[in-house]
Amino acid sequence: MQTGITGPEATTRQAPPNQSVDGRLATPRPTIDVGRGAAAAGEDAIVKSRAENLSFYYGTVQALKNLNIEMREKRVTALIGPSGCGKTTFLRCFNRMHDLTPGTRYEGRIMLYPDDFDLVAKGVDPIEVRMRIGMVFQKPNPFPKSIFENVAYGLRVRGLRSSARVEEEVEKALRRAAIWDEVKDRLDSSGLSLSGGQQQRLCIARALATNPEILLFDEPTSALDPIATARIEELIAELRDQVTVIIVTHNMQQAARVSDYTAFMYLGELIEFDNTSKLFTNPSKKATEDYITGRYG
Amino acid sequence: MQAATAAESLRLIRADVNRRKVLDQVFVVVGLLVMFSALLVLAVLFIDLVQKGAPRLNLEFLSQFPSRKAERAGILSAWVGTSLIMLTTAAITMPIGVAAAIYLEEYAPKNWFTAIIEINVTNLAGVPSIIYGLLALGLFVYQFNLGQSILTAGLTLSLLILPIVIVATREALRSVPRPIREAAYALGATRWEVTAHHVMPYSMGGILTGMIIGLSRAIGETAPLITIGALSFIAFLPESPFKGEFPFLSFAWLKDAFTAMPIQMFNWVSRPDPKFQVNAAAAGAILLGMTLLMNGIAIWLRFRFRKRINW
Repeated sequence: MQTGITGPEATTRQAPPNQSVDGRLATPRPTIDVGRGAAAAGEDAIVKSRAENLSFYYGTVQALKNLNIEMREKRVTALIGPSGCGKTTFLRCFNRMHDLTPGTRYEGRIMLYPDDFDLVAKGVDPIEVRMRIGMVFQKPNPFPKSIFENVAYGLRVRGLRSSARVEEEVEKALRRAAIWDEVKDRLDSSGLSLSGGQQQRLCIARALATNPEILLFDEPTSALDPIATARIEELIAELRDQVTVIIVTHNMQQAARVSDYTAFMYLGELIEFDNTSKLFTNPSKKATEDYITGRYG
Repeated sequence: MQAATAAESLRLIRADVNRRKVLDQVFVVVGLLVMFSALLVLAVLFIDLVQKGAPRLNLEFLSQFPSRKAERAGILSAWVGTSLIMLTTAAITMPIGVAAAIYLEEYAPKNWFTAIIEINVTNLAGVPSIIYGLLALGLFVYQFNLGQSILTAGLTLSLLILPIVIVATREALRSVPRPIREAAYALGATRWEVTAHHVMPYSMGGILTGMIIGLSRAIGETAPLITIGALSFIAFLPESPFKGEFPFLSFAWLKDAFTAMPIQMFNWVSRPDPKFQVNAAAAGAILLGMTLLMNGIAIWLRFRFRKRINW
């Protein structure tokens, strides 16, 4: 991260060969005008979720300050910023993970569309939110159960009893997470017997099995080697068309490679939010430019 | 010149490292000495008991009731009593201890009230066992009219080891890493589902170990049992837990009078006839063997559960 990211690097993305960097623009997806003003960047994707004046407190410490940002459906949004800027805190608001810590408080709203549902409203049960929004963590954290049971767990919690259906869904999730071929002959062995990168893909399969509307990634490759990292990034690129993804990363190249939109945060505030290529090549704020050119952080 | 300086500085570094490593070696020696002296005391004790009790260490000793004649006295009622008391104690302690630990660790809010409970639980572990005996005499024997029975003994010893089991269980529950809990919560699990499907199974090795360590403590307890009025001369067995007809299980033995291994030993030791000392030694060896066996099971269980789970 010593050298700044310049235009060509930022726009070089490991995309399928038939898809150019801005391939989506060449073949626009059908747009539904939902009347919430599409994108700041003038993109055509539907808004899946919108944070409105979101503030977050750990006790009396304010960790997030008045965030306003839109997450677009079936796009990858990256949250970047120096350590302690609140990007992980923000991410964990989306599945109400903070509710596990006593003394935390949300202000403002995170709307989930299309059903105008405020995720952080007082009366909303965090369990209900987590049924709809999946998460992949910083360190691979498979359960010390079999590979099969790891993926099946979310389904079992949802009351799916038919073993045929469970098997079908587990296979589907493992395929979507690009790990089926590696584990199909050893579904009964422990999830912990896999390598770090495989464990992380297993965790992605576990989260995908329940068909979440949004999938949150909290620095999913920070504990992995470069090869495993590349595979996870490829996988996120493949997931782009299936699920809305929000990814926290401390690695700007990674944000540039995998995301459609990038939000730069600093000291709990949203500094800039734009198209990834725009943000990395032509940031409008001085602070963003300083950060992506490696002047601090 | 250059080479000489390099050799000189290398020599200095080595001398320094060696000097500092002396302390390392000293600690190893001290540690081994302390460890072996503790083991040696136990080994000497055990060998001494086995040697003294050798003439009585046979099946007959296990299958005979106490008697006024030393050579005909056995520990049948004592070991059956001890086994049934341990069974009762385990059956009472396991659910209460584990439930209390789960509540304190997973559910209880962190406030002054739970802080007081926590301090009390820890303090209870240090209360002398005879105090529990007095409490049990007043509460179970006279207040609840449970009599001087196996049930009373089980309840008393449960009180005694509950703090141990609660502390050990909490320790085991706490060893389940937060990311594992978060993974389960993130999939939409409720607190109970996280506890029942993940935290409890993954910490089962530690929970069982704590349980068995508690029982090992209880098996040797004499004072509270004497306080609640255990008999030392019992020439009959409690009613059998198994029956020929439906429902095949009987709990009548819970109300029966009992004696236990340490009480039998205590009784024999206090007799003037030296032949009874042989019996006491033999019973001591068997009691120690029972404790070692229980601890062995605890170690095996921990090993088995740990093999599946390594964070």
